[in-house]
Amino acid sequence: VQPSRASAEPLKSTLDTLLAGSEGTILSVDAGEALYHRLAALGLRVGKRIRLLRRAPFGGPLHVRLGTTEIMLRAGEARCVQVALDPAPPGERR
Amino acid sequence: VKRIALLGMPNTGKSTLFNRMTGARARVGNWPGVTVDLLGARLLLGAQMVQLVDLPGIYDLGGHSEDERVVMDFLRNNRVDLALVMANAAHVERQSALLAELLRLKIPLVLVLNMADEAAQLGIRIDARRLGARLGMPVCLISAKHGQSMRELDSLLRAAMEAAPAPASMLDANEIDAAVQENVSIPAQASHALSGRIDSLLLHRRLGLPLFFGAMFLLFEAVFLLGKPVQDAIAWGFVQFRADLLDPSLSAWPPLARGLLLDGVYSGLATVGSFVPLIVLFFLAMALLEDTGYLSRAAFLMDALMSRLGLDGRSFVMVLMGFGCNVPAIMGTRVMRSRGLRLLTMLVIPLSLCSARLQVFLFLIAALFPAHIAPLVLFSLYLVSIGTALLTSALFRRRFVNVEPLVLEMPPYRFPTMRHILLRSWQEVRHFLKRASAFIVAGVVLVWILTTFPEQAAQGGAGTWAAQIGDWLQPLLSPLGIDPRLTIALIFGLVAKEVVIGALVVIYGQEGGSLAAAIAQHIDWVQAYSFMLFALIYTPCLSTIATLRAEARDRAFTALAVIWPLCLAWSVSFLFYQGARLVAAS
Repeated sequence: VQPSRASAEPLKSTLDTLLAGSEGTILSVDAGEALYHRLAALGLRVGKRIRLLRRAPFGGPLHVRLGTTEIMLRAGEARCVQVALDPAPPGERR
Repeated sequence: VKRIALLGMPNTGKSTLFNRMTGARARVGNWPGVTVDLLGARLLLGAQMVQLVDLPGIYDLGGHSEDERVVMDFLRNNRVDLALVMANAAHVERQSALLAELLRLKIPLVLVLNMADEAAQLGIRIDARRLGARLGMPVCLISAKHGQSMRELDSLLRAAMEAAPAPASMLDANEIDAAVQENVSIPAQASHALSGRIDSLLLHRRLGLPLFFGAMFLLFEAVFLLGKPVQDAIAWGFVQFRADLLDPSLSAWPPLARGLLLDGVYSGLATVGSFVPLIVLFFLAMALLEDTGYLSRAAFLMDALMSRLGLDGRSFVMVLMGFGCNVPAIMGTRVMRSRGLRLLTMLVIPLSLCSARLQVFLFLIAALFPAHIAPLVLFSLYLVSIGTALLTSALFRRRFVNVEPLVLEMPPYRFPTMRHILLRSWQEVRHFLKRASAFIVAGVVLVWILTTFPEQAAQGGAGTWAAQIGDWLQPLLSPLGIDPRLTIALIFGLVAKEVVIGALVVIYGQEGGSLAAAIAQHIDWVQAYSFMLFALIYTPCLSTIATLRAEARDRAFTALAVIWPLCLAWSVSFLFYQGARLVAAS
């Protein structure tokens, strides 16, 4: 039960469209077998918490944190990942 | 001899543990059913001699990557008495799938949780004994980097080898997850705070790239500042050894045998030897970049541009390394999993203007260009180098398709340990010496033969086979403004690009300043620039070709990597020379 979220429906979004600093829970990973396994091995699985730390300049890859692991992935791969966004608590957005 | 295989995900510190357990005794070797060389070493466990084999890091046994196939082929074709499975103690929770797959192989397993120090810093607590009991395999918590709990690992392995434990129970990934969850407690806010702060500077949107280029520049400067004197000293040592010992003691030999031995075999060895300091230093630099965790940050910063060329961020770092020396840069591509990406990167690297070519250009530019435009000329050659690299990758990106999704772990910043870095560089150098020396010596001997025979011709002069080849090639090279003398120098340059100057010394019979004057009398600046363009792009040197051949294991690819730059060099020089002549005529 997460009362802070009750006020608003969680926003659904693919990982590549998130703003830097936003955080959420992974809803689905819609990737081919090889990529799916690779992502899972790095901790990117349904139900896990994910935070977009930053994007590289000029449309480069994304830097995300999953638990204790940080990984980088390209926007093309990030498009396969659906995230339920947390409503941003005031003052925490960078 | 019983055999232990070292298995685990990438970035779990496998090679650190391997180096710690085996020291400098490791040897690369061939294994049945496996196409790549693997590091192996014998070590004493108690009273028993065992063989430890370091397998490539894998995420699972799905066979999606080359490394996964290597591991599967190895396990299928070689008896393994015990598998030592490495996992990062800070992320045990995501390594269960691999562990479950390994359990199905029915090989006795020992689970080693590495980086105990980092896990402790993050506040992660692990009950290794209870976890081991749940999983049905010995578990121990170590820090391979700091050598923590190595004795415990040793006794664990000894016990496992003696008791030859039956294959562990068949847990699936979910059961392993449950076992991990019961025995590993991770605080909710575990993060590497310091790494995060460093990243917010080094990966900054605007400052990140300038900082990266600045760091690479400094690294380069350091490598040359340290490497050049050592390289010169080694070259001097080779010359002195020859003058003081070899020349007098072989003076009674027939001239041809002496020539073959000294100008052929010995010069070949000297060529190999002179590469060693640069390779050592570049590998030290590479190991430093990799071990600190900056390599993946560099890839992050440069990927946007490189992905448009069919490469990825790591390729850029390797190409940059190639500006020092192509050989270690090509060896560095081993971190790439996609074969297409790796081959494309290896095709591009030899176009980097390496330090050997720089020596040649510095000499010729000083000889033919006024001092105030000399830096511009050199800079333009660097631009050509980068331009041909970009062109090559754009042209061949469809042939060598990069199928690897760029998903990389960004490890926290770490202090590298000197011991590990030194051991790694030593391994790479030994690898290079073993692979390349025979090939390079053979190449030098061939050039010696070409420039010596037929017997009545003067060494390196007209009438030798090399000069004849130079004459035959005239129809091809005169449209580039390259005369027969320069052609012979280019033939010498096949061995190593820095030999071009030495060759010009032999051909013109002059040295230093008088050689520069002689060359300036024979050719004009347009010819000189055309020659430099050709020398910049045409075939990689023998050491590079030997490395390409050893790393790619594909004759057709090696041939392409030799022939393509040759065609490109001809076209670029032709366009420049004819263009310049046209402009001058009009």
